[in-house]
Amino acid sequence: MTDAQFEIQLIASLVAIACAIPGTFLVLRKMAMISDAISHSILPGIVVGFFITQDLNSPLLILLAAMTGVLTVVLVEKIQKTKLVKEDTAIGLVFPALFSIGVILIAKFANDVHLDIDAVLLGELAFTPFDRVFYGDIDLGPKSLWVIGIILSVTLTLLFLFFKELKLSTFDAGLATSLGFSPVILHYGLMSVASITTVGAFDAVGAILVVALMIAPAASAYLLTTNLKKMIGLACFFGVFSAISGYWVAHWLDASIAGSITTMLGVVFLFVYLFAPSKGLIAVLYREKQQRIEVSLITFLLHLKNHSEKRERHVNHLNEHINWEKVRSKTVLTLALKNNMILITDDIVSLTDKGDEFTSKAIEYILTNEDSLIEDMKDDFFLFRG
Amino acid sequence: MEKIAVKVDDLTVAYNYKPVLWDIDLKIPEGVLMAIVGPNGAGKSTLIKAILGILKPIAGSVTIFDKPYKSQRKHVAYVPQKGSVDWDFPTTALDVVMMGTYGSLGWIKRPGIKEKKRALEALEKVGMLSFKNRQISQLSGGQQQRIFLARALVQDASIYFMDEPFQGVDATTEVAIINILKELRKAGKTVVVVHHDLQTVPEYFDWVTFLNVKKIATGPVKDIFNDDNLTKTYGINYKVSIQK
Ligand SMILES: Nc1ncnc2c1ncn2[C@@H]1O[C@H](COP(=O)(O)OP(=O)(O)OP(=O)(O)O)[C@@H](O)[C@H]1O
Ligand SMILES: [Mg+2]
Repeated sequence: MTDAQFEIQLIASLVAIACAIPGTFLVLRKMAMISDAISHSILPGIVVGFFITQDLNSPLLILLAAMTGVLTVVLVEKIQKTKLVKEDTAIGLVFPALFSIGVILIAKFANDVHLDIDAVLLGELAFTPFDRVFYGDIDLGPKSLWVIGIILSVTLTLLFLFFKELKLSTFDAGLATSLGFSPVILHYGLMSVASITTVGAFDAVGAILVVALMIAPAASAYLLTTNLKKMIGLACFFGVFSAISGYWVAHWLDASIAGSITTMLGVVFLFVYLFAPSKGLIAVLYREKQQRIEVSLITFLLHLKNHSEKRERHVNHLNEHINWEKVRSKTVLTLALKNNMILITDDIVSLTDKGDEFTSKAIEYILTNEDSLIEDMKDDFFLFRG
Repeated sequence: MEKIAVKVDDLTVAYNYKPVLWDIDLKIPEGVLMAIVGPNGAGKSTLIKAILGILKPIAGSVTIFDKPYKSQRKHVAYVPQKGSVDWDFPTTALDVVMMGTYGSLGWIKRPGIKEKKRALEALEKVGMLSFKNRQISQLSGGQQQRIFLARALVQDASIYFMDEPFQGVDATTEVAIINILKELRKAGKTVVVVHHDLQTVPEYFDWVTFLNVKKIATGPVKDIFNDDNLTKTYGINYKVSIQK
C-alpha cells in the first residue's frame, strides 16, 4: 500500500466517523431528509465563500457554507410552521431553490476556477493526497486530512460533553425543556455540526457520499442495538468499514471511490436489514412463523388438558377436532414431543407433567400478562419474547 | 393561610395564533392532589406545558412558589402524555428513569452511581425493577407509564405534573399509581393530574379544576364537583353545535 493509498483511506475513514456521529442523531430524530437538504443547499454558501477566500479549504468558507446549511433548517422549519405543507414538502421547496442559486452563481461567475458541480456532488477522494499543507519545507500531510481531522475532534468533544443532553432532547424534548436543557440550542448545535461536517467533507467525498455516510451507517446500527452508545459505535464502524472496503472495491474495479463507498454502504445496510438478529427481515419472518406454531401448540395442549376422554385425544382425530391441516398438526405434534410435553401411547396423546405445567403457565400469562411467570420459558419460545 | 404552589395569571396560549387557552387564572394550593378534567382538546396538556415553560404563552404569567418557573425547575417534575416520545428509541427502562436525575446534574455532568441508585429505587417503587434492562418498546403500555412515573419520582420534586398517567393501564396498575400519588401527597407534595375518568375523581382526588379553553371552576372536589360544572365543561360544545 502506498502512502497516498493509506492517506485516502484514512481521510475516508475520518469522514465516515465525522458523519456517523451527527447522522445517528439525525436518524433518531427522523430527520434523515434534512441532511440531504443541507448537503445541497450549502452550494451557494460555498460559492460565495470561495469568491471571498479563493480557497476551498479556508475555515471562513467552511463557516459561511455551514451557515447556509443552518439557514436551510431554519427555512424548512419556518415553512413547516405555517402548516400549509408537510416537512418533506418544505425540504423539497427549500433546497432546490438554494442549490440552484449555487449552480447559477457557479455558471455565471466561477467558470474559470476549480469549482464545478460534479466535483461538489461527487468529490474526488483520489486527488486528496495531492493538495498538501506545508510548514516551511515540512510536509504536514493532505489538507483534507487536516480539515476533517479538526472537524472530527470538535464533534467528538461536543459529543463527549453533551451526550446526556443530546440523548434527552432527542428522546423527550418536553422533559429536556422542563429540566432546563434547551432543545432549541441542542437542535441548532446538532444542525451546525452536521452542516460543518458536510462542508468540510464535500471537497473530499462530495455531497452525495456525505449524505450516505450520515444516514446509512446509523440506519444499519439502529437495527442492531438498543443502546445509544453502541448505536453510535456501530454506526462509526459501519462507516469506516464501508469507506475502506469501498476504496479497495474501487481500486480493483478501477471505479469511482465515492461511488464504491456508497455502494458498500448500501450493501452493509441490506445485509443488516436481512440478517439483524431481532429486527432483521428474516428474523421477523421466522419469529412470526414460530409464534404461529406456538399458538397452535398452546391451543393443542389446552385441548388435551380439557379433554380426558380417549376419543378426543386420538392422533387421527386431532386434525378434525382442532381443524388444522395435516402439516401443521404434524409440526405441532413434533414440537410438543420434542419438548417432552406429551406422550403418545397407542395413538392416544396425553400431557406429561411438564406439558401440564407449561399449559397452565402459558394460559395464566395470556390472561394476566404477568411477565415474571414466563421468564424461564423465554429462551425456548418466541411467543413470550415481546 | 396555606401556601400557593402554582399560580397562573391571565394565561393565554395559542398555536399559530389560534388561542387554545383563554385567560386562565389558577391557584393550586400546596399539598393537594388535583385533577384537571375537560374534554379532548380542552387544552389540558397545553396548560401543563405552558406552566412548565415548554410552550410560550402569548400572555400571562406563571409562578411556582411565588417565583418564576425558570428559577424553580428543581422543584417541579413532569410526566408527559405517553404518546409524546418515541418508544423505539434505543434505550432501556433504567436509562429512561435516570433521565429524571439530569435536572439536578445540570449541563455536562454525567449521572454516576448515586443517580443510578436513585433510579433503581424509583423502579422498585413502581414495581418495575425486574424490567430495568428491557428496551422500552418491549414494555406494555402500563409498564411504560410506570417508567414515566419512576422518572418523575427520581426528580424528587415538590410539585408533580402528570398528563394522563392512567391512560391505557389496567386496574392493578391504576391502583398502584394512585397509591403512589397519595403517598406523595402525604409527604406534603403537590400533585396535578390530567384525568379522564370522571367516575373516580371523588375517590382519587381532593381538588379539581374544570377546564375547557377557559377555566370553568377550581376548588375542593367536595365543593365543586357537581353536575352544574360538569355540564358547563362537557356540555357547552354540545349545545353550541345544536344551535348551529
Ligand atoms: N402542536 C400543536 N399545534 C397546533 N395545535 C395544537 C397542537 N397541540 C395541540 N393543539 C390544539 O390545541 C388544542 C388543545 O390541545 P391539548 O393537547 O392541550 O388538549 P388536551 O385537553 O390535552 O386533549 P386530550 O384530552 O386529547 O389530551 C386542541 O384543539 C389541539 O388540536
Ligand atoms: Mg392531552
